[in-house]
Amino acid sequence: MITANAAAVSATRGGAALAKLALRRGERSLLASIGLHGALISASFVSVFPIFWVLVTSFKPDTKAISPQPKLLDESNIDNYLNVLSGAKGDFLGWFGNSVLIAGLTTALAVFVAASTGYALSRFRFPGRRSLLLGFLAIQMFPFAVLIVPLYNLLLGLGLQGRALGLVLVYCSTTVPFCTYMLKGYFDTVPTDIDEAGRMDGLSPFGVFWRLVLPLAKPGLAVTAFYAFVTAWGEVAFASAFLSAADESKTLAVGLQVFIQQNRTEWGHLSAASILVALPAVAVFYLVQRFLVGGLSAGAVKG
Amino acid sequence: MAEVAYVNASRVFPGNPPVRAVDNLELAVADGEFLVLVGPSGSGKSTALRMLAGLEDVDEGTISIGGRDVTNVPPKGRDIAMVFQSYALYPHMTVAENMGFALKLRGVPRTRIKEKVGEAARMLDLEKFLDRKPKALSGGQRQRVAMGRAIVREPSVFLMDEPLSNLDAKLRVETRANIAALQQRLGTTTIYVTHDQVEAMTMGHRVAVLKDGVLQQCASPRELYERPANAFVAGFIGSPAMNLKTVPLTGEGAQLDGVVVPLPREVLDAVAAERLTEITFGVRPESLRLVGADEGDAVGRAFELTVELVEELGADAYVYGSARVGDRPERFIVRVDGRTPPAFGQRVRVAVRDLDEVHVFHPETGERLSG
Repeated sequence: MITANAAAVSATRGGAALAKLALRRGERSLLASIGLHGALISASFVSVFPIFWVLVTSFKPDTKAISPQPKLLDESNIDNYLNVLSGAKGDFLGWFGNSVLIAGLTTALAVFVAASTGYALSRFRFPGRRSLLLGFLAIQMFPFAVLIVPLYNLLLGLGLQGRALGLVLVYCSTTVPFCTYMLKGYFDTVPTDIDEAGRMDGLSPFGVFWRLVLPLAKPGLAVTAFYAFVTAWGEVAFASAFLSAADESKTLAVGLQVFIQQNRTEWGHLSAASILVALPAVAVFYLVQRFLVGGLSAGAVKG
Repeated sequence: MAEVAYVNASRVFPGNPPVRAVDNLELAVADGEFLVLVGPSGSGKSTALRMLAGLEDVDEGTISIGGRDVTNVPPKGRDIAMVFQSYALYPHMTVAENMGFALKLRGVPRTRIKEKVGEAARMLDLEKFLDRKPKALSGGQRQRVAMGRAIVREPSVFLMDEPLSNLDAKLRVETRANIAALQQRLGTTTIYVTHDQVEAMTMGHRVAVLKDGVLQQCASPRELYERPANAFVAGFIGSPAMNLKTVPLTGEGAQLDGVVVPLPREVLDAVAAERLTEITFGVRPESLRLVGADEGDAVGRAFELTVELVEELGADAYVYGSARVGDRPERFIVRVDGRTPPAFGQRVRVAVRDLDEVHVFHPETGERLSG
């Protein structure tokens, strides 16, 4: 410590070139610090401000929402929220229920299917394994808009068109490949010795998966669950095409369109509804984020 | 408790050409025996163990435990417990849960599990750690938990796959003795895989040496040391390794730098029958000794060595030196008294301590020729 201080003192005497050398590991110069913080602050502002403005707008009446001289508070009150929740502007709570059901089912089904597929891909060598993995990757490249027509025909054939279950299956078909890829990567990090120890201890192959590998893959499961939930929660195109036009079968993302009409947009109500829609996604993230910790398998094998 | 038998068991990995990781293994392990499988890496020793565990298929032949053919029985039906090189503890369970997991799966009542886990923990000095997760344990403690997990189940056979290779040298020696003592006390048939020949020699009742998937010799440690079946076993067992040199033959024995080391009659007969002009001559570093200039008669039977390196280990010193064999120099290792080692560059005379300690092998097949 003393020598380090002495070096710093001599460095200030010796000028800028030496000062650079005197910086210890992990230390930054003032200029670098300013640049770094500047970049971080502006990036944070860019991402936070729009959401902040939606929040601000959600308390304003529709007439004051768009104004040449916007103010933070302009006759702000909670009427928009009351109107949206009371159903005066459409069956908001009904849509909410639909969205919860569809997104919840999608999450449960997608994570279960992706986890079992991912485990098989991670642990077993079977014919077609490589092409399956490649296929999952290639499917990600498709623009989902081109899938609407073929999926519509499929659902019609299955008698699921206009039903929530049909939409759940459609969402699964888009989320499962991605989730499988992610979980396969995660399972790869769980040592196979654990599987073998479990089999020696008397577990069946499915028991190994269920009682040992899944608990160790919680962070991976949390991320995929969140991804599946958010995908289904905020999706508009499939939901408008595959659900019946009846008001009571809409999801939230589709329902929000009632606030945007041909001649006028109810910005205040739309913002309030948007905030209400975002809350469950935040809640789900809050639920899963505590599993987003590394090092769950620490201590399994000699590290 | 049970005996274990491999009958012509092979494991063939597909490929071009297919790899015979374990080739026609024929091995019988008695009830209560501690058998060590030893060999260099890639010798198939771990594969042989995993075949017994049911983690690796048996492509040819059969394996039986306690007289019951288990060739196609899944691991959980074999009544065996295994200690892995990496320990493979369940990181999301406490030490107690790790140790009791197998019993829990069998539906043993909770109080009984607790009792048995406590018993094993006492035996392994783990009582203080029962509520900890594996990540909060040191390497040695994890190793003991892995042992405990195997003990609690009271299996008919213990399998251990290099369980000490992740420990530091001091702890390894200590744990080595503990495992041997534990096995003695429990009397459970144990098959132990290692690449460390010192572990093999000190722990096993019998040691099976493998090379390239083929069993070379299975015998007691003393027998392996004194009568290795071939040149590979001779070179593998013993530290430092046996001096193995191809030397020309004369009528009476092996020609070493102007000295003829006499060989027993039956060896010379065997050599003559094969019409060999050369043999692989083996002598352990501890079977050679330095000959003083005053030993008169012995000097004539000693060959000359130029000292190139001296390793001093305290009690002993190993002298590396070169001697002429035929028309080329060969390096020999000699164990000498640690208090009076020769100096670098010095020329010393070396003789075989006892002619019974000379090993003779076929120069091509490596098979033992001496009796």
